[in-house]
Formats: sequence, structure tokens, C-alpha cells
Amino acid sequence: MNNIITLAVEAHGLVKTFGDNRAVDGVSLSIPAGSICGVLGPNGAGKTTTINMLATLLKPDAGNAKIFGYDVLRETQIVRQLIGLTGQFASIDEELTALENLMIFGRLYGYSRSDSKRKANELLEEFGLGDVASRALSKFSGGMRRRLDLAVSLISQPPLIFLDEPTTGLDPRTRTQMWQTIRNLVKSGSTVLLTTQYLDEADQLADNIVVIDKGRVVANDTPDGLKRSVGSSSLRLTVKDADKAANAAHIIKRVLNTKVHLAEASELIAPMDNTDKLTDVLTTLKDAGIALSAVSILQPTLDEVFFALTDGGSKDKDDEIK
Amino acid sequence: MTNTIIIPAAERKLKNRVGVGRAISNTSTIAYRALLKMFKSPEIFVDFIVLPVMFTLLFTFLFGGAISGDIHSYLPIVIPGVLLMASFTNCTTAGSKLREDVDKGTTSRFKSMPIARIAPLAGSLIADIVRYAMGGITVFTMGYILGYRPEAGISAVIFSILFITFVAWSLSWVFAFISLCTKTISTASAIGVVVMFPLVFLSNAFVPAETMPDWLQYSVLRINQLSRVVTTVRQLLAYGSTGADFWYALFGALVILGAFIPLTLIAYKRKT
Repeated sequence: MNNIITLAVEAHGLVKTFGDNRAVDGVSLSIPAGSICGVLGPNGAGKTTTINMLATLLKPDAGNAKIFGYDVLRETQIVRQLIGLTGQFASIDEELTALENLMIFGRLYGYSRSDSKRKANELLEEFGLGDVASRALSKFSGGMRRRLDLAVSLISQPPLIFLDEPTTGLDPRTRTQMWQTIRNLVKSGSTVLLTTQYLDEADQLADNIVVIDKGRVVANDTPDGLKRSVGSSSLRLTVKDADKAANAAHIIKRVLNTKVHLAEASELIAPMDNTDKLTDVLTTLKDAGIALSAVSILQPTLDEVFFALTDGGSKDKDDEIK
Repeated sequence: MTNTIIIPAAERKLKNRVGVGRAISNTSTIAYRALLKMFKSPEIFVDFIVLPVMFTLLFTFLFGGAISGDIHSYLPIVIPGVLLMASFTNCTTAGSKLREDVDKGTTSRFKSMPIARIAPLAGSLIADIVRYAMGGITVFTMGYILGYRPEAGISAVIFSILFITFVAWSLSWVFAFISLCTKTISTASAIGVVVMFPLVFLSNAFVPAETMPDWLQYSVLRINQLSRVVTTVRQLLAYGSTGADFWYALFGALVILGAFIPLTLIAYKRKT
């Protein structure tokens, strides 16, 4: 490969501890310019802390990071000219109008009054907020606030944008709109790093998914690669007699040749690539005299991704059946 | 949607520092933001009108007869006192907006931007100057309505407002520091009230110190530096001149600024 590919983000072994808590414990990332990287993980996995280190808000305790080749610690002000950050909470002013909010940030980035106003109006149009530009934010819906908040971080047209859980708390329709907005950003030449708790969101948007758990990267793969390791769907079985759950798990494990996860006393979850095998599973269970009270095939959830990814060495795996 | 093409990082002109001109422009933008928010929030009405009007009427009519025999001769005593109390009350809330920004994540966003680090802090506190000055203007207007005509004239009034505004502004850094150090905004405002009451009432703001026993007179006039502020304003309004108290008060305010600007800045950086 030729080495002309520019890396928007290049981080090595980032560590951040808060007291006893190693919030980020050796995260390495590399994101090529012009792509969307999805950082997937549950609450408290260290997603926001990682973003905060890359966005120069927190100093890493160890490791280093470069944004377009500029060091986040030594060339902080340069890095800040290249990034836009949209945090988890809309950090815009309730009392002000959408236009005023945007213009203030335009002014802060050093644009003249008229430039700020022009850019602000352009963004408001693009984000479908043109009609409400001069309305106070207190009358805005959650989705409108999010869009405005994103617009604020775009006013300087940064080549790298950090989006911390951009769709958490949005209704499905607004969520789809937000996805489209993010896709368009990349089309215009931006690089996007977004965090999410939803597998489907990462799947929809990201070119590459980094799964983080307890401050560590547990997987770094394309959405397809990740799904292969998880299985495209997941089988859920509830056995009638909880005592037979372990036995059932062994059978499923043998038939499907995967790991089986005992979710509750009598519920078993297993990744499944080929739904045809369901018949095999059911027949074998019936032959073994194990009665079922429920069977379903679902999209894998984040829990299952983690279950599939964090095997072997990790500690709390007592619920895994070998 | 976004039809503008983003300029790649490699083709941008980038500097790793924020110049003085930029720092001033950033600070004034933040101050503009704070003022815009101030004039759009209902609290402005309380700070500018309700508090000063209420304090002036309350103290004048309540204490006027008892302390000076009648309301009119109490006005030269009480107006400087109310001036102090109104601006002091306003500056105890100096940090609350700042703290709100920290809690809401606005500060984090500011921090991720290529702006001067002191701008969000300085801009917000500079905008507050308007609050203190407006409070002062309301107090003098109320005094005028009640029949107060300072001997030294309008220039003394203007100078008094400038002086009290400067004192309040320097004190506001202390309260900004407190609000950045406490767990919640309400703790900070509780501290503000607890500090304000004894300081204002154990001064000569509403009563002439001459009537107090010697030991109390000493502590009120010499230990509580706020009395120097009140005395300065009274002298200004009565004779158009100032004495040693003015220099003590000015020196005190400068010491507070010298100590608390860096402390507040450190607390602010810690918090974000």
C-alpha cells in the first residue's frame, strides 16, 4: 500500500485514571481521513473520556495522540482549529435564538460579524432550522436542539468532528435524520468519530467500529467483520425446567458450534449465522427431553457483541457455559 | 446539504498560539453573549430593579426615623449603605452563570475551540460589571425620588457608582472562585448569603458607627473593610473628596484581584 493515506486520528496507548478507576486503559485508534469511525460501548466504558482526550479537554496520563499529525499535547491550539466537538448534552444557550447561538460561535472562531451571520444562516438552512432561526431555544424540541448543537460545531468547517452519542434520546425519525446529516458531513470531506451505545447505529454509519469495554479496545473491525464474529442473528430459548438449562446449553453449543450465554436462570442466548440450523437445535432438544417455553430469533444486541468479543481472559465470565 | 467542501488539514494555515488581539476579541464575544443572556432572563429584573428599590425603601422607611430622626436626614447615611448591599448581593451570584456553563458542557466546548483560555471566564465576569453599575443607578434614582440631593453633585454620584462597581467586580472574583469550588450552585449561593449578611450588617452601612461601643466601633470601622467602602462613598457624596479610606478600599480591591484572578483561573481549569 502507498502511504499517502492521511490519518485523521492516530492514538497509541491512551490511559486516563480518575482515582482508582482506570476509565481509559490503553486505547489505540487510527482513523483514516474521510471515514466514519464508530466507537461502541456501554455506559462507563470510557468512550467520552477517550473523545475528551482526543479533543484536548483532558490530558492523557499515558500514551499519545495525533490529530492530522499534530500532537494533542504539544500542538493543542492547532488541533483545536481542526476539530469540532458535539458533546452528549446540548451545550447551547436556552435564552438565545438559534441564529444568536451560531453567530456567537462564529465570532469566537474569528469570523467577522457578517461572515458569522452568513455561515450561521447557511447552516440553519442546511439543518432545516431556517424557519425557527430567530426563535428562542426554549421552544425547541430535543431533535432540533441536537441539530443546532451539531451545527455549532460545524461553523468553522472542521475536517474532524467528534460526536458523543449524537442520537441518544432521539425518536426514531429524528435519529434517521441525524444519520443522514452525518453521512453528508463525510461526503463533504469531513472525518467523523462518533460514539454510540447502539450496534445498529454503528452498523449504519461507520466504516470501522471500535468496541470499547472497561477502558479497553476489545474489537476493531468493519461492521461486517464484527457481525461475523457475533453472528448475524441471535437465538433465544427459554427452557421450561430451569434445571435443564445447563444441559440444553451443551446441546446448543454442540449443534451450532458456538458459545452459549445463559442470560437468566432459564434463558439461553446463542449467536447464529444460519437460521436453517434452528430445526436441528429444536429436534435435538426434543430428543433429549428438554421442553421449551419460548423460542425467538433476534438481531444481536450490544450485550451479545460483548459476550462474543470478551471471552477467555476476562474476569466476570461465570455466566458463560463452557 | 453541506455543499461546501471541507478544506483538508494539510492545506490550512495553522498557528499554535492565540494572540492578544484574538484574546480580546474572544473575551468581548463572551461578554456579549453574557449580556445578551442577561437581558433575556427574568433575573435581570430582580438584579436591576427589585433588589435596589426594595432595599432603598425598606431601610429608609424602617430605620430612617429611629436613626436620624427623620427619613430625609437618614438618606445620606443609608444611600451609600444600600449601594453597597445591592452591589454586594449582585456579586454573590457572579459565578452562577459560569458554573452553569461548566455543568452544561458549554465550557468543554469552549475548551475544545481555538480561543484564549481566559476568555470564557473574563468575558462572563466583565459582563457582570453592567449589573453592578445598573444596580447603583437604580439606588441613586430611588434616592432622588425620595428627596436625596447629594451636596457634591452629579460627578460625585458618577464617581461613587464607578467606585462601588469596581469594588463589587473585584469581590465577584471571590464568589466566582467559591462557585467553581463547591459541589453545586446552590451551595455557592448559600455561602454567598452567609458571607454577605454579617459583612454588610456588621459595618457602618446602615448605622453611624459613632453610636456603637468602642470595641464594636473598632471592629466595624477598622476590621470590616466594607466600612471603608461605605465611608468613602459618603465622603464623596457629601464633600466631593475622599480620604484614607478610599485608598485602603482601593488597595484591598487590588489585593483581592491579584489573589483571586489566578485562583479562579486555576479552579476554572480544574473544573473543565
